[in-house]
Amino acid sequence: MLAFGIRRLTISLCVALTVSIVAFFLLHMSGDIAQAIAGTDATPEQVSQIRVQFGLDRPLVEQYLNWAWGVLRFDFGTSFYFRDQVTTLIAQRLPVTLALGGISLLLALIISVPLGVLAAVKQGGWIDRAALMFCVLGQALPTFWLGLSLIIVFSVTLRWLPVSGSGTWAHFVLPSVALGWYAIPAVMRLTRNGMLDVLASDYIRTARAKGLRMPTVLFKHALRNAMIPVVALAAVQFGFMLGGSIVVEAVFSMEGLGQLAWQSIARQDFPVVQAIVLVLAVLYIGLTLLADILNAILDPRIRIA
Amino acid sequence: MALLEIQNLTIDIPTSGGLLHAVRGVSLSLERGKTLAIVGESGSGKSLSSLALMDLLPRRAVRRADALRFNGVDLMCATERQKQDLRGNRMAMIFQEPMTSLNPAFTIGDQLCEVLLRHRKVSRTEARDRAVMLLEKAGITSAGTRLGQYPHQLSGGLRQRVMISMALMCEPDLIIADEPTTALDVTIQAQILRVLRDLQSEFGMAMILITHDLGVVARIADDVGVMYAGRLVETGPAAKVFTTPGHPYTRGLMDCIPTPGRTKPGERLGAIPGQVPNLVEELRGCAFRERCGQSRSACGESFPDLWLADDHRVACLSGQSAENAA
Repeated sequence: MLAFGIRRLTISLCVALTVSIVAFFLLHMSGDIAQAIAGTDATPEQVSQIRVQFGLDRPLVEQYLNWAWGVLRFDFGTSFYFRDQVTTLIAQRLPVTLALGGISLLLALIISVPLGVLAAVKQGGWIDRAALMFCVLGQALPTFWLGLSLIIVFSVTLRWLPVSGSGTWAHFVLPSVALGWYAIPAVMRLTRNGMLDVLASDYIRTARAKGLRMPTVLFKHALRNAMIPVVALAAVQFGFMLGGSIVVEAVFSMEGLGQLAWQSIARQDFPVVQAIVLVLAVLYIGLTLLADILNAILDPRIRIA
Repeated sequence: MALLEIQNLTIDIPTSGGLLHAVRGVSLSLERGKTLAIVGESGSGKSLSSLALMDLLPRRAVRRADALRFNGVDLMCATERQKQDLRGNRMAMIFQEPMTSLNPAFTIGDQLCEVLLRHRKVSRTEARDRAVMLLEKAGITSAGTRLGQYPHQLSGGLRQRVMISMALMCEPDLIIADEPTTALDVTIQAQILRVLRDLQSEFGMAMILITHDLGVVARIADDVGVMYAGRLVETGPAAKVFTTPGHPYTRGLMDCIPTPGRTKPGERLGAIPGQVPNLVEELRGCAFRERCGQSRSACGESFPDLWLADDHRVACLSGQSAENAA
């Protein structure tokens, strides 16, 4: 188990390194950063002065190493727009995005896993068919449309919840529904199909032959095996949610990382964009690692592989 | 009173081609402590019949019977709860597929102890001790360490020994073994059968052994039932069925086994010509008559039930002549 953990951790670090290199070089090749900082009506002298000031005249590899060294000490440089530490900016916004993603995922799992189990147990029944309909609907509705509809119904018409912002828990309800909605169909279908496969397996027949009660058969013997692919999917979905939060944060004007990324791209605020790409990538890698470890705990066969 | 009493058991399975009449009226009874072997080729309904006793049939299958009594309990009227209390406790089953019959996510010990903890008021330690004792009886060395292992760390033979131990955890009255050695190497098969027979006689349980291996039957069965196309065509004490088989199908099966001394090297083994009838259709008369060398017109009309002796029953008209000749 320890060897397994160390091996996976090493792979994750390599991936993180690669992402940081790619993010850095892509951004630096996408335009003249000194020009972006100086603005369109700056003189060539001002531009070259800024280039020297920000170290942009140095070779790219040297710039990368400088930046990477900073990153290792949680120093992502200074925002061109805010004239403030990027680390501070991210530290302010990240909790909002993490909370939004976490609540959305939790909401999606609470709805989709029991629904998937129920649909599998009552295969072909009305719950199963209703759940499948719900899935099609869930996948067909675009996030921004759902978000706007929720605002119209619950904020404007019913006046139950705030329209925008991220100050209190009430601000998180609608965005979480809008973001979590999208993950429900995939998780539910995987749970349902996984349960169907497992319920038809020989070891479930054995469990029933032992005279175990139905809840034990379903939740101990079946669900644990059916959850193995779902855990991996949930981690990937959480990653998608962090990315998807750009749209939801924009719709609900939440002060999160997605909103910051969206604004910084428009402002050509390279250090911020670079930092957000790296932070999201590292989060994503961490989630995948967590999923691998959870899978190894659930499935003893993986621990040796 | 017999431990198990089955009267006119039928099993129908809806398929895309129509209703499959997989088992068509099986009646038998089993005394305490006896071993009944049910033989027959694939699709004859022997596995389904045994699953019907445990009520573990596929969900779509429809089970009917005039009587299905176990230990005085009417299984046709029993509630799901009553049946759950019997399963694993008074009746236990060993399956054909040791490789897939254990849950990959739990340790051997957990899966063994679970049966006893479910049916008896015992502590974990007591359950563990019994598991170790039974694993050792089933021929597993260092049983204590095996308890902490997962199924994938064990070979097929070991897993089947675990399954046998699991079936014995509550010391049931009846153990149903559905082709327990089919998936194993020939060398392991004999060991597993010996373990099964020894433990059965040690604990005094009745056993239903499903197999298509007549050699196995000869070694451990008290009684034999021969199944063909969802019906029992011959039942009787193993000795009688082997020495004086009454049904042409039973004789055909026995001609298929090579016997040292009698079968000459290079000689072709016996084979039964033709195919098993389509089980979707209603069968009139004897299902075997198309493949039978002794069939006559009367075979197409009735499904006879004849007693060759007071414990030897045959469903064949030619059995009548054999009886007359004797």
